[in-house]
Amino acid sequence: MSQPRAKLPPLASLTPYLWLLLFFAAPLGIVLKISVASPVMGQPPYTPLYEAGQWLINWDNYRLLFDDGLYIAALLNSLKIAAISTFVTLLIGYPMAYAIARAKESHRSILMMLVILPFWTSFLIRVYAWMSILSTTGLLNNFLLWLGVIDQPLEILYTTFAIHLGIVYSYLPFMVLPLVATLSRMDLTLLEAAADLGAKPWQGFLRVTLPLSLPGILAGCLLVFIPATGEFVIPDLLGGPEALMIGKVMWTEFFSNRDWPVASALTVALLILLVGPMIALQSLRKREAAADAKAATP
Amino acid sequence: MSPAAASPFLRIENVTKRYEGTDAPAVANVSLDVGRGEFFSLLGASGSGKSTLLRILAGFETPDSGHVFIDGRDVTDLPPYERPVNMMFQSYALFPHMSVADNVGFGLKQDGMPKAQRTKRIEDLLDMVHLGSKAKRKPHQLSGGERQRVALARALAKHPKLLLLDEPLGALDRKLRESTQFELKALQARLGITFVMVTHDQDEAMTLSSRLAVMDHGRVLQIGAPNEVYESPTSRHVAEFLGAANLLDAAVTGWASGIATLACDGFDGSFKATAPSPLSAGTRVAIAVRPEKIRLCGAADDADNKLHGQVKDVAYIGDVSTYNMWLAGARSLRVQTTNSKRGGAMPASGEELWLSWDAADAVVISE
Amino acid sequence: MSAHKRPISPLYVMLAFGYAFLYAPIVLLVFYSFNESRLVTVWAGFSTKWYGELFRNEQILNAAWLSLRIAVVNATFATILGTLAGFVIARYKRFPTRTAFLGLMSAPLVMPEVVMGLSLLLLFVALETAIGWPAGRGAVTVTIAHITFCLAFVAVIVQAKLASFDRSLEEAAMDLGARPWKVFCVITLPLIAPALAAGWLLSFTLSFDDLIVTSFTSGPGASTLPMVIYSSVRLGVSPQINALATIMISVVALFVAVSGWLLYRQDKAKRA
Repeated sequence: MSQPRAKLPPLASLTPYLWLLLFFAAPLGIVLKISVASPVMGQPPYTPLYEAGQWLINWDNYRLLFDDGLYIAALLNSLKIAAISTFVTLLIGYPMAYAIARAKESHRSILMMLVILPFWTSFLIRVYAWMSILSTTGLLNNFLLWLGVIDQPLEILYTTFAIHLGIVYSYLPFMVLPLVATLSRMDLTLLEAAADLGAKPWQGFLRVTLPLSLPGILAGCLLVFIPATGEFVIPDLLGGPEALMIGKVMWTEFFSNRDWPVASALTVALLILLVGPMIALQSLRKREAAADAKAATP
Repeated sequence: MSPAAASPFLRIENVTKRYEGTDAPAVANVSLDVGRGEFFSLLGASGSGKSTLLRILAGFETPDSGHVFIDGRDVTDLPPYERPVNMMFQSYALFPHMSVADNVGFGLKQDGMPKAQRTKRIEDLLDMVHLGSKAKRKPHQLSGGERQRVALARALAKHPKLLLLDEPLGALDRKLRESTQFELKALQARLGITFVMVTHDQDEAMTLSSRLAVMDHGRVLQIGAPNEVYESPTSRHVAEFLGAANLLDAAVTGWASGIATLACDGFDGSFKATAPSPLSAGTRVAIAVRPEKIRLCGAADDADNKLHGQVKDVAYIGDVSTYNMWLAGARSLRVQTTNSKRGGAMPASGEELWLSWDAADAVVISE
Repeated sequence: MSAHKRPISPLYVMLAFGYAFLYAPIVLLVFYSFNESRLVTVWAGFSTKWYGELFRNEQILNAAWLSLRIAVVNATFATILGTLAGFVIARYKRFPTRTAFLGLMSAPLVMPEVVMGLSLLLLFVALETAIGWPAGRGAVTVTIAHITFCLAFVAVIVQAKLASFDRSLEEAAMDLGARPWKVFCVITLPLIAPALAAGWLLSFTLSFDDLIVTSFTSGPGASTLPMVIYSSVRLGVSPQINALATIMISVVALFVAVSGWLLYRQDKAKRA
């Protein structure tokens, strides 16, 4: 007589588990450790955590984050830029997603493909493309000059505006895709029911469509907001020297100043800032997957 | 005479299966025998445990306790791929990436049958299910009925000793289902393979099976030939699940040679119904009488059981009519009559009539 | 029916605007790769000379070759590991530390790249100090880093495919006499192959395109294509990069066109 027992995964499936423990979880532990070390000359350029029978914990790196206005400003600025860009992406992405979701079934996959396609081409090159458009001798300025709207080239490249533009452009697909998913899953007879009960089209949209698409809006916003906050390439290539974003500061601290402990402390600070949004995104994903699984089984 | 007694080809012995995280067992201490060449049905509502029992026979689930014997051999711990059993799945489970011929030949290939022989066998099987011309098609290019036949041919390909059918006709529309029922029965008779079918459709079970088991909450409530189970249900659930039944609560007042005398709650007079085994006076029971066993007439006749009632509503179905009859105490009975004469006069709503039936047409269900 | 009942048309204008926004920069990039002038923004006649220069640029060619190798190795390993993980997530609903496993599998999907890059570099340095491996950083450490974030993407794709997989197909095969390993090879694998292909391609693209994690985990002498492009464009716009971009876009477009055509044909055959 056998007892009912839970089936255990085969041993081979431990490999990805171990892989991520070693190359994902352990590194984060090391970051935590180095964030409380002191910088020294040498290789590695930081002090050990435990030496000669005593713990060497140095909170100065974190203190520095608070004392030096630069880091706090960079953190806040990253959040601000990411938030504004996310909102603009939503404003552009929602109508697009709505149009795609309500398009003919046969057209929908092509329209979706067109949204995804730029994602398969190099991110770096797409950001670079904007450099030649926005520079003082760039296409946009030439065009505006030719129109006679301006008589001096505008400084667009190397501004915060250019960063916003770059983020909106690069992350638009991440906003559109989850929105299309929720919007196309919606039962359209709900709108007919709303209309039947006296709702005008815009009321139907505000009171039925919009609330029902909230999970998609949230997922899209998080998918844009999280990477945008830690973005490095866009502020580096499109932003000016005053455009401080946390990803760029980390990069500089690490590569130029070679201050590994401060860079680590910054990383920990960024993680703490983003842990809430990241958990929210995960639970949202889980719920969507559960909803999909439910829809799949009759 | 039960064929099972002659040679128990399939024996299920005290099988219990409980899924993890559930309180009630899916299959609770089930024992039953199926004879060689029988067409046996497991009949029950969803969640009755019939499908779990079928999966235990196929080897997809291992029972927590109990044993399964096929042809005298204990197969309880045998994996599915080593059992002399094949299954026709409810969803058909046709491999979408293989042609019809490859689907049918899949099991033969696993057995290592040489190609020439295999091709011949596939041809024969497809001819048998009238699909000879569609061997190269993919499953998604077939109609529902054609898919069903491919699934059947695939399950029969290896000459299984036992064929399991999980709701084999469930996905077909009504017309097709009726014609397929007879084909399936004829095929079973011709091949002589033992069939065990799971279904929730009582008509299907009655039409096809030589015997059936009614299941509920993991237990087998009654086993028998369709007419036995229909005419002599031993429990309320079976009486109500298999066809329609009127159940009257009653107390036994006497018993003599297979007929019980009863007092019905809320009705005057005494009632008589069949009860094979002796019952002592005072026992609480129910009288079960099928709607078609009740006669409607203008005046009281000399039947064993009589009640006065009023027609509440009539449903004219064509071949039969069903009446809902008001009785004393705000209760109602269902009566069904055959419209054997064209244009015959029918009782109308509000008409007062006598309902009568004989003791032989009602059975006592002891709880 | 009055016109205001159909608020669809401004929506399509928005859609067209959206696509124009997505594609205009790419189209301009391609257009100016054929410009005679060094100044990207001044049109001085058609020329393919930047392509010629590109193909003589050893640094870019070497970097492209390195990126290609890393991307292929990464995609292959990430697909294997991610598939295993996808199976565990989809098929084993109860085992100790499943919650931790799920968290570990999904965290790389949302982790900012700078965090992953920095932490992996610190690990490699710590490992080198402790056990002498990896000796220095280069293609190997970059590949390990790429596998780490790609396997999570593959796991998600494979797990989604398996969630909608009809298990009775596997049972039917087993019922017809196929042993578990055979069932996996003959039934499961062919049916989830599209997900594996999608996972492989995604891993390839993520790896081929990655700058940040790569910059952290790479070492001297191991410059990938994005690293070379980055250091070049930091100095300003360069026609050679336009030419390179055009080639990369053409490859993607060609690939999409071919696979789209294949899918269309398959679809047509299905309907026939």
